[in-house]
Amino acid sequence: MKPIEIDKVQEMLESFMNKEVYVHLETTNGAYASHFNDKAYNVGVYIRNTTVSFSQAKIVGDGNSYRAGLKMEKGWIYAEGLTDWEIYEDTKLLLAGHDREGRLMVALQISETPFSY
Amino acid sequence: MEKHVVVIYPHPDDESFGAAGTIAKFREQGVPVTYLCGTLGEMGRNMGSPTFANRESLPEIRKKELIDACRVLDMDLHMLGYRDKTIEFEDRQQVANHLKGFIEDIEPSLVITHYPEHAIHPDHNALGAAAVEAVRLMDPTKRPTVWAQAITNTHYEDLGKPDVINDVKGIFDKKMEAILAHKSQASGMLKTFNQDGNISEDLKEEAKKRLGKERFYIWKYE
Repeated sequence: MKPIEIDKVQEMLESFMNKEVYVHLETTNGAYASHFNDKAYNVGVYIRNTTVSFSQAKIVGDGNSYRAGLKMEKGWIYAEGLTDWEIYEDTKLLLAGHDREGRLMVALQISETPFSY
Repeated sequence: MEKHVVVIYPHPDDESFGAAGTIAKFREQGVPVTYLCGTLGEMGRNMGSPTFANRESLPEIRKKELIDACRVLDMDLHMLGYRDKTIEFEDRQQVANHLKGFIEDIEPSLVITHYPEHAIHPDHNALGAAAVEAVRLMDPTKRPTVWAQAITNTHYEDLGKPDVINDVKGIFDKKMEAILAHKSQASGMLKTFNQDGNISEDLKEEAKKRLGKERFYIWKYE
């Protein structure tokens, strides 16, 4: 993946507007967080291949780290801490946030076809 | 001497970090070893350092790394097709029967797996429990021995001294080679390790200290 280019990502997000699209949304600090540090908590969540439709989409940030918000008819999809992007297999938009060691902390991915499962 | 050893862990790299030395020793003795690997580690956080994988490309990359590591250790491999982080939500009995099918086919004298509830990662605990159950379901006269690996910080206090303590420092180069086959994961686990696959002597010494002994409890069936 490469550092987020906000204009290109914005354009890509808009290309998915008002369509039924597949979403992968995830955040994690790893299964070993509280093993390596007894003061830490393990938290993580992911939802994969849920279909949604959004009428507005925006990516906002300061050049290092970005937030993305997708407005649906009855709610929102939100991700914070995004740092990198990639168009995967020509059509899928991958957004992710990595820590200093390159470990994935958050991901928001959108595609018109399902992600492999 | 063992007749055949079956290793059951959920993630590509569990076998290398956890039991590569033990596996290599069995192979030196000519004992066949088969790895039943539960998932492809699809939800791993480590993407290489610097990152070269993403959430979508990671499974194929880890599959290739797994095949490479099994080649280094000269063991057979079956991929079980579960998904990372989800094994504990599968039907336990169904997973146990799936494993039992392999065990009855291969007829190993020894099964190595994680110690249920003492192996930190929910996949480790769930697949370990299913493996223990798979062997329990067998005719008691045909059961292989089960070595269960606990990796919690408190397993000595909780379970006592492990029954089997394999010092694998003598073949640590082999273990390190297997670990490093998991390029996307090794760097994260070992902190530093440069691009050309070489690791500093200091780091190797540290790894040897932490991973130079492989410990197992012999599972006791009633």
